[in-house]
Amino acid sequence: MKLYNGGIILAGLVIFLGLVTMPVWANLGKPAYVPQKLTMPAAPNDKACIEDKEIMRNTHMQILDSWRDAVVRDGKRVYINRHGKQFAMSLQNTCMKCHNNKEEFCDKCHLEAAVTPYCWDCHIAPKGKKQ
Amino acid sequence: MNAIYSLVFVFALVLIPLFGVGAAQQTYFFGVCVPWTAFLIFLVFFTAKIIKWASRPVPFSIPTTAGQQWSNLDFIVHDKYDNPATTGQTWIRMILEVFAFRSLFRNTSMRVAMKDGKPIVGYFSAKWLWLFALMFHYAFFTIAVRHLRLFLNPVPKVFEILETLDGLLQIGIPRLYLTDMVIVAAVMFLLLRRVAVPTVRYISQVADYFPLLLILAIAASGIYMRYYAKVDVVAIKQLILGMVTLHPVKPIPATIDISFFIHLFLVSTLIFYFPFSKLMHLGGVFLSPTRNMPNDSRFVRHVNPWNDPNIKPHSYAAYEDDFRTPMIAAGLPVDKEA
Amino acid sequence: MAKVPNQADLLQSMNYTPPAKGWMDVPPNLAPGNWAYPAKAEKVEYLGFPNPRQWSPADEDWKLPPDWWQRIHEGFKERLGKYRSLQVFMDICVRCGACADKCHFFIGSGDPKNMPVLRAELLRSIYRNDFTMAGKILGRLAGARPLTLDVIKEWFIYFYQCTECRRCSLFCPYGIDTAEVTMMARELLHLVGVGINWILEPASNCNRTGNHLGIQPHAFKDIVDFMVDDIEEITGVRVNAPLNEKGHEVLFITPSGDAFADPGIYTFMGYLLLFHHIGLDYTLSTYASEGGNFGLFTSADLMKKINGKMYHEAKRLGSKWILGGECGHMWRVINQYMDTMNGPADFLSVPTSPITGTVFKNAAQTKMLHICEFTADLMKHGKLNIDKSRNAGKVVTFHDSCNPARAMGLLDEPRYVIKNVVDTYVDMPAQTIREQTFCCAGGSGLNTDEIMEIRLRGGLPRGNALKYVQDRYGVDTLACICAIDRATLPPLADYWAPGVSVTGVHEMVGNALIMEGEGERTMNLRQEPLPGMEEEEV
Repeated sequence: MKLYNGGIILAGLVIFLGLVTMPVWANLGKPAYVPQKLTMPAAPNDKACIEDKEIMRNTHMQILDSWRDAVVRDGKRVYINRHGKQFAMSLQNTCMKCHNNKEEFCDKCHLEAAVTPYCWDCHIAPKGKKQ
Repeated sequence: MNAIYSLVFVFALVLIPLFGVGAAQQTYFFGVCVPWTAFLIFLVFFTAKIIKWASRPVPFSIPTTAGQQWSNLDFIVHDKYDNPATTGQTWIRMILEVFAFRSLFRNTSMRVAMKDGKPIVGYFSAKWLWLFALMFHYAFFTIAVRHLRLFLNPVPKVFEILETLDGLLQIGIPRLYLTDMVIVAAVMFLLLRRVAVPTVRYISQVADYFPLLLILAIAASGIYMRYYAKVDVVAIKQLILGMVTLHPVKPIPATIDISFFIHLFLVSTLIFYFPFSKLMHLGGVFLSPTRNMPNDSRFVRHVNPWNDPNIKPHSYAAYEDDFRTPMIAAGLPVDKEA
Repeated sequence: MAKVPNQADLLQSMNYTPPAKGWMDVPPNLAPGNWAYPAKAEKVEYLGFPNPRQWSPADEDWKLPPDWWQRIHEGFKERLGKYRSLQVFMDICVRCGACADKCHFFIGSGDPKNMPVLRAELLRSIYRNDFTMAGKILGRLAGARPLTLDVIKEWFIYFYQCTECRRCSLFCPYGIDTAEVTMMARELLHLVGVGINWILEPASNCNRTGNHLGIQPHAFKDIVDFMVDDIEEITGVRVNAPLNEKGHEVLFITPSGDAFADPGIYTFMGYLLLFHHIGLDYTLSTYASEGGNFGLFTSADLMKKINGKMYHEAKRLGSKWILGGECGHMWRVINQYMDTMNGPADFLSVPTSPITGTVFKNAAQTKMLHICEFTADLMKHGKLNIDKSRNAGKVVTFHDSCNPARAMGLLDEPRYVIKNVVDTYVDMPAQTIREQTFCCAGGSGLNTDEIMEIRLRGGLPRGNALKYVQDRYGVDTLACICAIDRATLPPLADYWAPGVSVTGVHEMVGNALIMEGEGERTMNLRQEPLPGMEEEEV
């Protein structure tokens, strides 16, 4: 089959196909993807997290958001979980006490999902004990 | 009626994965087989269509000239990008066409009004179609690019920047993407326009409503996944990366919400449908001879591959044979005396 | 001429609300007045087109050949293979509707099938049915419908209600050009012997006599002599008008309409005056006495055949280059088709003005120059001796013809020429001129009187823009550079903007030229008194 203006059309086509198949060849030769395991707090201090794992995974961002509003706007500082247990609404003093390494915990998912929370615009990111 | 048909189709398309995954638990089929098949069909038939177009010659140079021609009279100002004379100028015309919808920007609406029993035909700027079409396409493109975070590991920094920019207003948690709002608004505009403007409704076919409704459903399922179902993104990424590395994960992580399978099935439908539909305007816009050719056929030769050299004019000799006597009588010069 | 409703009735009948029924279920109106007369059998036969016969669109039986379906189907397939434009335009329309209210025939009628998108769908629906998988399987749901005799009738009505003006293609986001679609549809119709006489008769005339009007060489000479006599009477100068002479530098070709009817003849006289004024070494030809090309409205093959005469004659006469007169579609053919079809014309040289020395590189390939480019260059160099006062009192506007505007871009040259010979020039509203210009509604071979109502409807946008500048600025003269315009705009102006007269650009140039050795000029080329000379006429 004879093509007319074939050169430029095929060049365009190749560029287009290259772009839409980019994920395939960009991953060529890479090992199968295994989601990273979260590093759980080294010493859990016999304390469980404020809520169950599933709830935390799905709604931690909303919990933190509501904590910020409660503390900053309403001056409320106590969080009562579903089991009636009380926690101080504080990223620094509650969360980061156990989850004390951003790289080993937060970033594990956030980086892979390209999520850029703005917690650390104000808070100082925990770097773990080694540093 | 055509709108109703399309709506029914899209509902049916939602029901298929809803039962297929929900009741029959065919997660592998809907999570891996369907998308890969749809994608392969897209690649093959998209390519076939472009090759088909490329195999058709462009016998004549037929640009639509939208401004003053190039002339070597220096006091005449050439409208370079609306009436290009060179390949470079034509590139700019095409870039403006593809990235800024130059032609649609010209859009006007016409109204005939009567004043004192006399008609007034008025033309009004009508850039709404241009604006929403542009919003729609850029939002769609940005959303598609944003999804690459699920296809690449590690995710390049640029996608984090894109995520930040798209969520710039920091409304809600997870942050509301501007493109999500824009695409829904634009699709709604395009849909309502089809339904509400009588002339546009008259020309609209199933093939016009269906892709709009399908894209709306895709956007809606995506929004549901992100803001309401809070699907397990890491598990989804595991599934998708498994697919694109050709090492599909098995079994499919059980934590993936059914809304993801609906979203994926609708997207698969869209890319399967793409090469057979008007959506091919994506490729066609580059191949439109009225836009992608310079207006240079008076000074650069354009060749028609099927030009038939046997088509000759009625010759002067035959003409003179026909009229020789009266020509001589009238004193007109002739090549051959009688 | 068919009876034409008065303005109020016509306006009353315009209805932009589409019918309740889908367009596939609305049959075309085949009553007389909605179609131009079909081509006479002898003209069809002369051109070697299929199925010559006597027939009428009003009849139930159109006497198509028994294998009509096959012919159209195969013809369609062939053209899809030969034209990327057709194939792409069939595939990519998204029916956004941007073109809908851009068509003058839609504006003047409200008939939804005059929306360019729907006009193309008339063909596209058959394309889907015959050539796409979706159309074959889903039928009407995919916007497909089978090719039936009623479809042929519908095509005949609506593809002869398109003037191939390309205004829609300007606004289309993909540049879909209804002119291409209409040309293809007309070619298909010719395969089964369906065509109109107003196109095929001029085309066959042109083939034999050299011009659309069928003026034979000796009669053509009489006409030119007559014009030379008139010029002498008006100016006192006897101009030289060589015909069929060999060895002149320039071959001049203009539409034959300018040699035949008022007001075109005054434009022709303007050319003769100009050439005499500058002492141009030129000749006219009776064999190539037609600039226009009704083949463009028929088929690519016939267009090529008719156009071939220009180079053939230039070669025979030994001319160096060709100068072309004021004509619309002629310039589409010259700009976009001529060299491709009948070139390269290596025996000619790049047009060079013998007066100013300007080398027209923008015509380097076709070797053919537009008279407005030529004259504008002369004016810029101050080579013309002009007395503007001869056109005093005129308030002039300019009608861009579709083809020079949207298939060439000749917009400022004619304006430059006009402004050099008149005092007062105003443009019509921006949405009705230049690349957005509206058709005279008689282009592409539709300037025939039996469809006068259709023409006047289609003429509404142009007529209304004209009326606007007439009321607002006192415009009394509509200039144009097209022979079809000079034939179609006068009835249009009489109907929509009475009191405006139509003129060629070079008629005004001819009036303004101060000829060497002329007597006192008291009349213009129309033999009407010049401004300030009225009393002497009594």
